[in-house]
Amino acid sequence: MARILVVAEHANGKLNPATAKCVACASGIQGAEIDVAVLAADAGAVAKEAAAIQGVKRVLKIENAANAEPLAAILAPQVAAAAANYTHVFGPSTTFGKDLMPRVAALLGVGQLSDIMAVESDYKFRRPVYAGNAVITVEASKDKKLVATVRTASFQPAASGGNASVESANVSAELPTHTRFVTRSAAKTGRPDLQTASRVVSGGRALGSADNFKIIYSLADKLGAAVGASRAAVDAGYAANDLQVGQTGKIIAPELYVAIGISGAIQHLTGIKDARTIVAINKDSEAPIFEVADIGLVGDLFTILPELEKAL
Amino acid sequence: MSKILVGLKRVVDYNVRVRVKPDGTGVVTDGVKMSINPFDEIALEEALRIKEKGGAAEVIVVSIGPADTQQQLRTGLAMGADRAILVQTDGAVEPLAAARVFLKLVEKESPQLVILGKQGIDDDNNQTGQMLAALWNRPQATFASKVELDGAKAKVTREVDAGLETIEVDLPAVITSDLRLNEPRYVKLPDIMKAKKKQLDTLAIADLGVDAGAQFKTLQYSPPASRQKGIMVKDVAGLVEALKQKGLM
Ligand SMILES: Cc1cc2nc3c(=O)[nH]c(=O)nc-3n(C[C@H](O)[C@H](O)[C@H](O)COP(=O)(O)OP(=O)(O)OC[C@H]3O[C@@H](n4cnc5c(N)ncnc54)[C@H](O)[C@@H]3O)c2cc1C
Ligand SMILES: Nc1ncnc2c1ncn2[C@@H]1O[C@H](COP(=O)(O)O)[C@@H](O)[C@H]1O
Repeated sequence: MARILVVAEHANGKLNPATAKCVACASGIQGAEIDVAVLAADAGAVAKEAAAIQGVKRVLKIENAANAEPLAAILAPQVAAAAANYTHVFGPSTTFGKDLMPRVAALLGVGQLSDIMAVESDYKFRRPVYAGNAVITVEASKDKKLVATVRTASFQPAASGGNASVESANVSAELPTHTRFVTRSAAKTGRPDLQTASRVVSGGRALGSADNFKIIYSLADKLGAAVGASRAAVDAGYAANDLQVGQTGKIIAPELYVAIGISGAIQHLTGIKDARTIVAINKDSEAPIFEVADIGLVGDLFTILPELEKAL
Repeated sequence: MSKILVGLKRVVDYNVRVRVKPDGTGVVTDGVKMSINPFDEIALEEALRIKEKGGAAEVIVVSIGPADTQQQLRTGLAMGADRAILVQTDGAVEPLAAARVFLKLVEKESPQLVILGKQGIDDDNNQTGQMLAALWNRPQATFASKVELDGAKAKVTREVDAGLETIEVDLPAVITSDLRLNEPRYVKLPDIMKAKKKQLDTLAIADLGVDAGAQFKTLQYSPPASRQKGIMVKDVAGLVEALKQKGLM
């Protein structure tokens, strides 16, 4: 039987919805027993939230003052120690999980399966490669612990309403001092979070300046949407790095994605493949974004957007 | 003075539209352009800049791959690396095995820094740097967009989901590059000529005593699910109408 440990992601005392998506993925394995590990300085509130995820059996609190910030070098030995009695260890394919889980795997002397998008059986999964241009079916060796990250855009969060037990776990692991947290700067926008928003409006290089990019924010606010951007727009300084959507930015699955002045490079498209409805506004009718758009409008964004805002 | 080790993976060029073979055994690579993984070019550029500022004495580029990978290593030498090591193998190399190879070379060369890309754009694994750091028992600073060296320490700004995070690590350490770390230089013709004379050592993966044994077996390649054909609207009124029909307004 599969015994799965899911590593919770959290910040500011709140559980990240990516965790419930990992539980949903783990629940896809028949008969799996699922525990969640919360590593924190004070895990209380987060553990309580995790205990309410349906399908979770136990929540393990792994508390240590050194866990105040999610530093992979410090968390990994603790996760590896906690993983002893499990067959599978899952984390989200967010920057948190991508940083941490391979370090856990190597400490356990095993490989890692990245970005699970579908479960076929306890050791058989599907995942994207080549920026999503191919999907592979992979079988992992059954005699090794399976460490994996879960492509969060492929799973709906497991429902709440569960009632798991919460326990303090004592793990003995030597924690290094060679890595220290300095600072984190997160833009507080008051807008929906890009990774979980049901609507996203994104701007590309065509916006031309940070000042012009404001019309993207304005449309997003009208639609109650989060704001995203192409790499070109981020590189040019029109938008912050955490707004980048794509292969090397965020992979998202909103109900509505509006791409404005974005050509639709393969690296961008891989981030929006799972969007329910894609709307594209671009002045070039040959732009590849129209190949994936559900609704396309050819024209100049600087005339279309003011009209659209008025119509909303 | 210290050394920097840089990983250069040979991958299908990022401009190629990759297609799955009809029999599902892989992707089409015949006649397809191969290049240095874009993140690795950025990693090398960072190493070269550190050296040019006096922060390192030697930049060594390393690749694990088939004999043809010499091309990518020569390009790395032309960019400015001092020497190259090819760890030759024809089989697939999982990230854990790649990390073990890097560890062997780290033990031999004792670098102050290893800079890898954050991910190979072929398998999109995003694992090797983190695994090497674990095996080496040293710090990792992944997804770096800024690196500041300060004696025996480095301050690294990382691109994370929440925004930007800065950490401080003791050296030696592993850094993995994100896209905005720098813009790699172009290679000039005279540099290509000069690179031909630079040292390129070839070893077999077995010489290093690394077991490339695989934990994962790819059973099948499939094309991604295709999206249904959409509609084109003429104007804003048409767009609003289409959104209404989908219940989005
Ligand atoms: C390793 C690697 C990883 C990458 N990862 C990502 C990633 O994660 N995300 C990402 O987005 N990119 C990524 N890229 C970059 C990607 O290849 C493209 O370069 C980028 O997406 C282009 O951004 P863009 O569409 O905004 O710009 P462009 O391609 O320049 O497109 C601008 C578009 O705007 C249109 N336009 C111009 N003026 C107007 C106007 N007035 N009104 C309407 N339309 C107008 C043009 O017709 C054009 O289609 C990556 C590249 C590499 C090599
Ligand atoms: N076969 C390889 N040869 C050289 N470098 C590699 C190889 N595999 C991985 N790397 C390095 O590790 C990084 C991350 O790769 P991956 O973990 O496969 O996504 C790459 O950007 C390279 O810098």
